[in-house]
Amino acid sequence: MKPPPFTYHAPRDLREALDLLAEVDGKVLAGGQSLIPLLNMRLAAPAHVVDVNRLPGLSGIEAGPGGVTVGALARQAEVARAGVHPLLGQALRLVAHPVIRNRGTVVGSLVHADPAAELPAVLAVLGGSVRLARRAPGGSSGPAAGRGGSPSPGAVPGGSPGPVVREVAADAFFAGPLESAAEPGELAVSAFFPALPPRSGSAFEELARRHGDYALAGVCAVVTLDEDLHVAAARVACVGVGPVPVVADVSEACGRRPAATVPWEAVVAAVRRAVEPEDDIHASAAYRLHLVGVLAERALREAAARAAAPP
Amino acid sequence: MEHEITLVVNGTARRARVPGRRLLSDCLRHDLGLTGTHVGCEHGVCGCCTVLLDGEPVRSCLTLAVTVDGREITTVEGLAGPEGLSPVQRAFEECHALQCGFCTPGFLCTVTALLRDNPAPAEDEVLEGISGNLCRCTGYQNIVKAVHRAAELLAEERQPSTGEAP
Repeated sequence: MKPPPFTYHAPRDLREALDLLAEVDGKVLAGGQSLIPLLNMRLAAPAHVVDVNRLPGLSGIEAGPGGVTVGALARQAEVARAGVHPLLGQALRLVAHPVIRNRGTVVGSLVHADPAAELPAVLAVLGGSVRLARRAPGGSSGPAAGRGGSPSPGAVPGGSPGPVVREVAADAFFAGPLESAAEPGELAVSAFFPALPPRSGSAFEELARRHGDYALAGVCAVVTLDEDLHVAAARVACVGVGPVPVVADVSEACGRRPAATVPWEAVVAAVRRAVEPEDDIHASAAYRLHLVGVLAERALREAAARAAAPP
Repeated sequence: MEHEITLVVNGTARRARVPGRRLLSDCLRHDLGLTGTHVGCEHGVCGCCTVLLDGEPVRSCLTLAVTVDGREITTVEGLAGPEGLSPVQRAFEECHALQCGFCTPGFLCTVTALLRDNPAPAEDEVLEGISGNLCRCTGYQNIVKAVHRAAELLAEERQPSTGEAP
């Protein structure tokens, strides 16, 4: 079908966008690969759509020693090509199809917060964060002074007082199915994905009915080894088996031993205890529970192997 | 409220007045009369409506026309050159990579960009590249063959026969 009528806004800079979002009940449009299907299927009917595609300075993909900052308009395909984070690369290959990734944005996928989507799980397992901006209270937004000294992406140079910016950690960002911590009036301007620690490997395993579909279940894993190549830390984030990505720290279940002698059955049991899958038309809860264990073992083994033999 | 937009479609600047909710697919078909771009599912699954936006394949049914004001669009009508069908189009014809043809415009645009970025794709790269396009008639065997054949035709075009070199 076609989208229902809405008032379209195309702000030219961040301040104008934040003013609009403060004044109207608007839905933010970036890549549109989740929002426009919802509009076409008439599952969403916002009165206002605020198209942020013309905002300058939000397309950055900045890799530093601590991690990668991805701007709100960085397309998934661009982030994958940039090769800035192994787990982001592993996850992005699983996001829909190449053509969708040419438009879809990483930050948009986080804000959309689909419980079966890959990127929220990546942010969750890494303990990343999302930066949200809103107009300063008391009227039209002024000077741009992001917290932490560094200029916030998209900050408007010169002039009046800047937007109010807050950084929300992944565990607080995903509030429920299709619900993020972004409040009305707020715009997600960037996301930060921490780099993997030394001697770490990652992997993303999922099972979908058809290539490119949302997964029935998926697991991403990060494993860190110590100097003796024993498992020092192991974390997974599971998708499709709860209202938000479910993070489980399985370091203890792995024990501090080489990957080859990890008691995988106990690790899998620990992952299964952490999730609460539900039945739907695609798969039963029992099947998802089975899957999540199988995928967790595969992802953890692969992550451990990569940690032991970095490319 | 309507918006005045200009799209550079197949090399020609075209103007249209569209409401915010006008999908790029509908703008091309209804406002500009370019019905080569087909509309199948209208939620991004089937790939029939794929066009090139500044050279990159995108779903025109998941793009608002106003969002791409001022940008360059290539539709299936723009793939052929003055000398006739493009190598990708010729390969699809030669390999019988279509039956009813409904999905073909989307495949042609997708494959044109795929082979530009990766002139000699391996089998799994071809499968991944066309994984977002559905065909309900032929199966995919001949389409995959056509992609490889198009890669050959493009390679020949880039390296005109050296047989007569001195």
